[in-house]
Amino acid sequence: MIVELGHFALVLACVLALAQAAVGFVYWRDGGATARFVSHAAVMQFLLVGLAFAALVHAFMVSDFSVQLAVEHSHSLQPALYKFTSVWGNHEGSMLLFVLILVLFGAAVASRGRSLPHDLRTLVLSCQGLMVAAFSAFVLFTSNPFWRLDPAPRDGTELNPVLQDIGLAIHPPMLYLGYVGFSICFSFAIAALISGRIDGAWARWVRPWTLASWAFLTLGIAMGSYWAYYELGWGGWWFWDPVENASFLPWLSGTALLHSAIVMEKRNALKIWTIFLAIITFSLSLLGTFLVRSGILTSVHSFASDPTRGTVILAMLAVLIGSAFALFALRASALRSGGLFAPVSREGALILNNLFLSTATAGVLVGTLYPLVLESLTGARITVGAPFFDLTFGALMVPLLLLIPFGPFLAWKRADLVCVVQRLTGALIATAIISILVFAFMGFPMTLAPLGLAIGIWVMVGAVAEVADRANLGRVAPGESWRRVRGMPRTVWSTAMAHFGVGVMVVGVVCATAFETEIVTSMQAGDQFEVAGYTVTYSGERAIEGPNYAADQGEFVVDAPWFWPTRTVTSERRVYVVSQTPTTEAGILTYGFTQVYVQFGERFAEGGRVVRLWHKPNVVLIWLGALIMAVGAFVSLTDRRIRIGAPRTARGEQRGASA
Amino acid sequence: MTRKQKRLSVIGGLAVVLALSATLVLTALRDQVVFFYSPSEIAEQGVEPGVAIRIGGLVADGSWSLDGEVNAFTVTDGQTAIPARYEGILPDLFREGQGVVAEGALLPDGSFLASNVLAKHDENYLPREVADTLRTQGVWQGEGDGESVGYGPDGGSQP
Repeated sequence: MIVELGHFALVLACVLALAQAAVGFVYWRDGGATARFVSHAAVMQFLLVGLAFAALVHAFMVSDFSVQLAVEHSHSLQPALYKFTSVWGNHEGSMLLFVLILVLFGAAVASRGRSLPHDLRTLVLSCQGLMVAAFSAFVLFTSNPFWRLDPAPRDGTELNPVLQDIGLAIHPPMLYLGYVGFSICFSFAIAALISGRIDGAWARWVRPWTLASWAFLTLGIAMGSYWAYYELGWGGWWFWDPVENASFLPWLSGTALLHSAIVMEKRNALKIWTIFLAIITFSLSLLGTFLVRSGILTSVHSFASDPTRGTVILAMLAVLIGSAFALFALRASALRSGGLFAPVSREGALILNNLFLSTATAGVLVGTLYPLVLESLTGARITVGAPFFDLTFGALMVPLLLLIPFGPFLAWKRADLVCVVQRLTGALIATAIISILVFAFMGFPMTLAPLGLAIGIWVMVGAVAEVADRANLGRVAPGESWRRVRGMPRTVWSTAMAHFGVGVMVVGVVCATAFETEIVTSMQAGDQFEVAGYTVTYSGERAIEGPNYAADQGEFVVDAPWFWPTRTVTSERRVYVVSQTPTTEAGILTYGFTQVYVQFGERFAEGGRVVRLWHKPNVVLIWLGALIMAVGAFVSLTDRRIRIGAPRTARGEQRGASA
Repeated sequence: MTRKQKRLSVIGGLAVVLALSATLVLTALRDQVVFFYSPSEIAEQGVEPGVAIRIGGLVADGSWSLDGEVNAFTVTDGQTAIPARYEGILPDLFREGQGVVAEGALLPDGSFLASNVLAKHDENYLPREVADTLRTQGVWQGEGDGESVGYGPDGGSQP
């Protein structure tokens, strides 16, 4: 009964969304009454889809095996957390989660967007309504999670064991909050094109949504990367795999959007480009969903998938993006850019940022789709692997990273490069000293890696230098500096934090890539092996029983250098009872930012095991950097000027704060 | 500089960056692409030893053995079989009789040295290339491209 109620609620939400879109698009000029209708419709949709989702969650939690989806993806023996996450650990449920987040954002615009002009609010919500209608129809007709089975089986076939992990509770919702959040930017772009209202105020209204989506997407990708790192047991944190690229593409263009929207907000320039980026970013999010759902690209992360569903998503993608670009082509020529500026200026720097980011997006997109294109043209089957992306993406990121610290120092309209370099002299010297100290500590390795490290350190020092410069540190009394630091707008902090996070991540990536040690060896109980100064002793294995699996658990004692205490770590080879699926649980020990990673392999003789050991220096910095970036974006969201949407211009604030 | 000159210099700069990156992408695509072969295609077309390729097929029944850290197995598409070696720990879902994709290069003696072995999160999943290969060879009669064969875990989120 509850399940049917949920099903019915979803049907209602779909119809309501259609009505909302129809009324909104026809009567958007009529002001308050229409705006109130679409707002109420958006909130209602949230309640209805929330009810549908809750009904499905209930079915999974009480193990109602008359629901086909629960039979296929859950089991009564699963711990409660995994019964819950099973709801979206499958195609149907994850699409329902997608719709839930879509209506969540719609309701947020409806309730938070009181300061928006009526026509803009109506158009944004109507556009959202159209998407809700399309996606809930997709759920209802091609991937309905509410189908019953009669007679009901006695138990389910369990969630894919690889997904039975806390990662499934965090990664998909975060990623979807990011993907779907960009739909709001998309809707704002469409609304702006229809109404012709495109100015600095528009950019200010869009900004919190871009920031929030970008922060969630950053967290979602980072979480996915860490999950794959410890769960798949290959010790890698990024494979340049199509599914990973699918989430990375909207992140890259979203980062570009974040920066170009600042120019539009402050200087009323780059309008066409910003609108274009808003459309592209959400299109790439949908493309990602399509690539993942259709399984047309071979991926290390892929699951069995259904090509017909992929075709439907592709059709929706084509219609949505096609009409958005048609509208763009019709209306964009009517936009006039204001705000002239010299090449060397804050605007110029942000354009350069956008140039590198969008070229990188295009490069990654080409590499991801090239195998498809080549196969359909010539029939040759190829893979574009990590070397391609390392080369092209790496080459584009080096100049971008080098330029990051300059950006916040440049003035709007026209900047004096000599003066900026003078103000950055301290930072340059600090970078040189820190880099040389780090290299000396490592014994001056003769590779390219130290250059990468120096770039990361430069970005970090640059971020600190910006805050120090604004506080006039060293030029005025410490008390005065402190007063300035406390008075600084939150957006300054958020810029500095996000850029600092980028630097932290670069250092982590360079260290983990260039200085990792990997050893594959066979060990008998009592054997010792040394990896990069850590002595690993294999103490033996024992059989253990989990709630829904049986496992061979290998125990290792790790003697670390310096002051670290001796610690014990276990790695397991599990076989899940219901599906008889084997998985490996890696053993990971963290020392500061460095990790020792143990993978327990095949048994080859009495008690002997193949064991793979990794030493990954500073690998934690990769995810820590992403976390700092996301926190930076959230700090910016708490800025009072964004919260109340108070207008401001570059002239109004003296030293041009930006996020 | 006049405004026109300034604008031209900006556009010129952008064009240079774009041209450079396009060259980079094209060169990288020519040199870094890895081709996929079935065992029969290797036998027919004669792939140079040492060139990075991917091969795919089924792991022949009874072919897997472990000697120290070195795994030996045979990749077959029903017509041709190629002996392969891999040092390290195979993925959990590596099984005899199941599909496999291996990345690596041929040795002069015609055997394959894998640097990486891919198997999927889902044991019912057959990589699309392998499904295509097997269908051409008439070994496997499934429908569609690498979709779920039978009743099993279906696409979810991807770790």
